[in-house]
Amino acid sequence: MAKVHVSTTINGEPHEFLCDAEQSLLDVLRGPLGLTGSKEGCASGDCGACSVTVDGRLVCSCLVLAPEAEGKSIGTIEGMATTDRLHPLQQKFLEMAALQCGICTPGVLMAAKSLLDRNPDPTEHEVRFWLAGNLCRCTGYDKIVRAVMETAKDMREAVR
Amino acid sequence: MTEVQYVAPGTLDEAVRVFASASGAARILAGGTDLLVQMRSGAISPGLIVDIKKIAEMTAIEEGADGSFRIGAAVSGAALREHAKLKAVWPGVVEAANLIGSTQIQGRASAGGNLCNASPAGDSVPAMVAAAATVTVQGPNGRRQLAVEKVPAGPGRTTLAKGEIVVSFTLPPRPKGSGDAYLRMIPRTEMDIAVVGCGVSLTLDKGTCTAARVGLGAVAPTVLLVEDAAKALIGSKLDAAALDKAANACRAACKPIDDKRGTIAYRTQIAGVLLKRAATIAAERAGRS
Repeated sequence: MAKVHVSTTINGEPHEFLCDAEQSLLDVLRGPLGLTGSKEGCASGDCGACSVTVDGRLVCSCLVLAPEAEGKSIGTIEGMATTDRLHPLQQKFLEMAALQCGICTPGVLMAAKSLLDRNPDPTEHEVRFWLAGNLCRCTGYDKIVRAVMETAKDMREAVR
Repeated sequence: MTEVQYVAPGTLDEAVRVFASASGAARILAGGTDLLVQMRSGAISPGLIVDIKKIAEMTAIEEGADGSFRIGAAVSGAALREHAKLKAVWPGVVEAANLIGSTQIQGRASAGGNLCNASPAGDSVPAMVAAAATVTVQGPNGRRQLAVEKVPAGPGRTTLAKGEIVVSFTLPPRPKGSGDAYLRMIPRTEMDIAVVGCGVSLTLDKGTCTAARVGLGAVAPTVLLVEDAAKALIGSKLDAAALDKAANACRAACKPIDDKRGTIAYRTQIAGVLLKRAATIAAERAGRS
């Protein structure tokens, strides 16, 4: 059948791909584009492991059709660190051991970054609600929340 | 596997044309948070998907000169939340839409999709019913407007004709002294499907309720407009007797089912409880407006 041709921007770089109409953005990211940082947990929008941004808005890439990426700007976990430097959230997650098996981590980091981009000084309550769509099967929630709060604090102090 | 075609027309006329002329099953794609899940589970397999998000009218929130609001059918919950004026005037409508799913779901899920998915438990619908929202629909025979409560026909079914697309919701101008609220009962803190949902919108004049509307969700095959509950509130000072009467009217309107989320008896009881709580919050907001 005829493939859909899509031109999009991923982590600031222009990309083109061919896909089937019903393929998800996650399928294309992980398949032809080779960006396997985004994980497939549930494929039904419940777990958040596939979290990416589309035009700056946090979404589950499993619930976005790949053709919808046309003309959009997609942000994935691969775009979070610079060449030689982790994002402060990534660094803090390492320091505070805010991960166990790591499958949920890319989605949690994308979601946490999306929160801090909008709200540099969230309450613990706000962090927990914002991250409620990111499931961690190792139940590492407390460490995750603490790492996000600590990162927010560091980042606020850094801009002073 | 059936061949699926994806189109993203830039105009509503084009969207209606392709949607109406589809030979097989066709679906409208707004946020996709129901559609993609249903496709993946095999519940539906549309031959044509019409993405409406490239149509400006469907993704915009506009305030009219008369104080009305027009909300495009595909506007996401996150965009509703970020619209300070809409949130100030219609907090109940916005909080209802924002109860649907996680941050990620809020980035996509729309009020238009929530209405057309036609779940009896859709959270935004009772709040829209309470708000007296009208829906603009466009189809092969042109445009029409209807009350939001006229759209659902039963679980998963709407009254829309073939080729018709929900374009937008219009919330009427708001008199001074008005407030709205939406509450739902779920057995956990967040992210579940309503056992009962209740939206109340009312207007107060010197403490007396001069106008009210009540929407109830998850207690019947469709979301209900409960006129008897509104009548019990109108003319009262929202005293305990009036709230009891309105709560009983809500319970009388219930035609629920027993399921894993709640029994008939529980849903019926809770419908009255939520009415009282939502009316109290709406009144408190009305007093501040």
